[in-house]
Amino acid sequence: MNVEKPNSYKNFPDTAGHFGIYGGRYVAETLMPLIIDVEKAYTLARTDKLFLDELDYFLRHYVGRPSPLYFAERLTASIGGAKIYFKRDELNHTGAHKINNTIGQILLAKRMGKKRIIAETGAGQHGVAAATVCARFGLPCVIYMGETDIERQAPNVFRMKLLGAKVVPVQSGSGTLKDAMNEALRDWVSNVDDTFYIIGTVAGPHPYPAMVRDFQAVIGREVREQMERAEGRLPDTLVACIGGGSNAIGLFYEFLDMEDVNIYAVEAAGKGLKTGQHAASLSAGRPGVLHGNRTYLLQDDNGQIEEAYSISAGLDYPGIGPEHAWLRDNGRVKYVSATDKEALDAFQFCSELEGIIPALEPAHALAYVRRIAPNLSSDHLLVMNMCGRGDKDVFSVANALGVTI
Amino acid sequence: MINREGRIKARFESLAEKKLAGLITFITAGDPDQKSSEDILMGLPHAGADLIEIGMPFTDPMADGPAIQLSSKRALASGQNMDKTLKMVEKFRKQDADTPIILMGYYNPIYSYGAERFSVSAANVGVDGLIIVDLPPEEEEELVQPAIKAGIDFVRLTTPTSDKKRLLKLVKTASGFIYHISITGITGTQSAETLDIRNAVGKIREQSNLPIAVGFGIRTPAQAAEIASIADAAVVGSAIVEKIADGIGSPDCVNNVLQYVSEMANGVHTARMN
Repeated sequence: MNVEKPNSYKNFPDTAGHFGIYGGRYVAETLMPLIIDVEKAYTLARTDKLFLDELDYFLRHYVGRPSPLYFAERLTASIGGAKIYFKRDELNHTGAHKINNTIGQILLAKRMGKKRIIAETGAGQHGVAAATVCARFGLPCVIYMGETDIERQAPNVFRMKLLGAKVVPVQSGSGTLKDAMNEALRDWVSNVDDTFYIIGTVAGPHPYPAMVRDFQAVIGREVREQMERAEGRLPDTLVACIGGGSNAIGLFYEFLDMEDVNIYAVEAAGKGLKTGQHAASLSAGRPGVLHGNRTYLLQDDNGQIEEAYSISAGLDYPGIGPEHAWLRDNGRVKYVSATDKEALDAFQFCSELEGIIPALEPAHALAYVRRIAPNLSSDHLLVMNMCGRGDKDVFSVANALGVTI
Repeated sequence: MINREGRIKARFESLAEKKLAGLITFITAGDPDQKSSEDILMGLPHAGADLIEIGMPFTDPMADGPAIQLSSKRALASGQNMDKTLKMVEKFRKQDADTPIILMGYYNPIYSYGAERFSVSAANVGVDGLIIVDLPPEEEEELVQPAIKAGIDFVRLTTPTSDKKRLLKLVKTASGFIYHISITGITGTQSAETLDIRNAVGKIREQSNLPIAVGFGIRTPAQAAEIASIADAAVVGSAIVEKIADGIGSPDCVNNVLQYVSEMANGVHTARMN
């Protein structure tokens, strides 16, 4: 699908939440008044100095922002080619970029007088980030998590419980992220008066894709300043992994209108795009409607949603944020993919060379960096979003490598 | 092509003449298998169903409770798809020219089929109305326009969260009837208080002349009778689907389901005589 290029990529979504044909508000009628309330509250908050100051305070003193922009010198030397920088969002409190968003949403929930928080989680990173801010602000928290994910992410389940959250196992469907999201929506329909739903990625009904993007956009704003200080100019290429797409849009958004900046988002190709076992909705899916928005989905010929697969539980989702669907169609961002095996190799490569154990999600981004960097000149500035740390993945990686720990 | 003033209007008018409320029954197409599902569908009018909702199964029924989630799963496992669902309606129409059929479900299977192609095919086999759970007025245009053009009513859902302003928006493009969801929740869970339903129905009546059906949480003939004393029709879904689930593998499955439907119909049809 090809669409016209807009004058600015940053004037979207429109007031109804559409990015071209994508996005929107495809939810049960019971929820419509609620998401309209969230939209109204967010529209006021985003230009309210008090709200923004409070957000800034917590990002600085609680999350630990700004995160460093780090020149990966040994990795650069080893690959040969582009100068590779990591945006170190894995150093945030709770170990990933997810908390940039949960801190923003909990402040909004408080402002709206909500008394109870629900969230969905796949790998558990968003669940931990949601449970963390709920503990900090004293709100009860219910996290929906697929049974399959609970098994493969036991450490994060325990972390959420330590933080005082109730983790509800979801048995429906295949027991993964998409089913957890269905269940969270069912909870919200049943608890309309007091509950705020903290969605973890740039998907769901409007205003979530725009709101989550705005909260994550701090990543790219910092990169721009930091790169200016380090190199005196803009980066040439940005690379981020993409599941739902929140870390990617967070890095990209600041740069969307700077056409000289090349932008790549790396989907999980799992066991290979041709095997049917992957999570690459943009590379191998087609437009559809799920979880409140129109976007690219993995689905069969009858419009039934297919299961996604990736070694990385955080990328294992059959959809993608609607803004990414739109950026794909208009060509501003190039969507590519990396397999489980490439990600595993990159995971080890980074650990050994830089002393940074990446999460399996950004290991996909690094796998792609390894593919393109050798063909770029040594003054080409490449920024990769190191959006999470790999502590949570050591068990799955050991398992994949056939190591018993 | 079917007349715009079609079977749904005719059925509610004939119920009103008899001073009766109607029973609307829900089953998922293809649940638990194609043959049983068809047998149940064919038996519903005789058992007392005045209008029939047929669920188009979807992998991710986000507004449904466990009973209908499982029915969708069974239907998909038995190989149900949109073409088969439309064929089922076509077969039903050969036997019954009057009982309105309303297809209910989520948007993606329709979007995948093509909204326009779907509307035309559905009208041709004798579908009278659509209820699409995740298509609020804000997103309805691309399906409502071809559906109305094909002669299919677009039934709107109202809920306890619909305030006056929202109701106005909802009834504006509604046709056929209004379906009031009596609780804030998913299908097949709790039941609403009678007083709340009475108030809600009153508020809808102020804004629309369409018949009003009330559903969610109706399980017993007594509950159905109570709804029938307030609204123009009572919708029973999860309770029927649970009877189907209970009977899987039993030769009496179809009969037991229809027996239950006739008890519910009895509750509805005698309500206003008391």
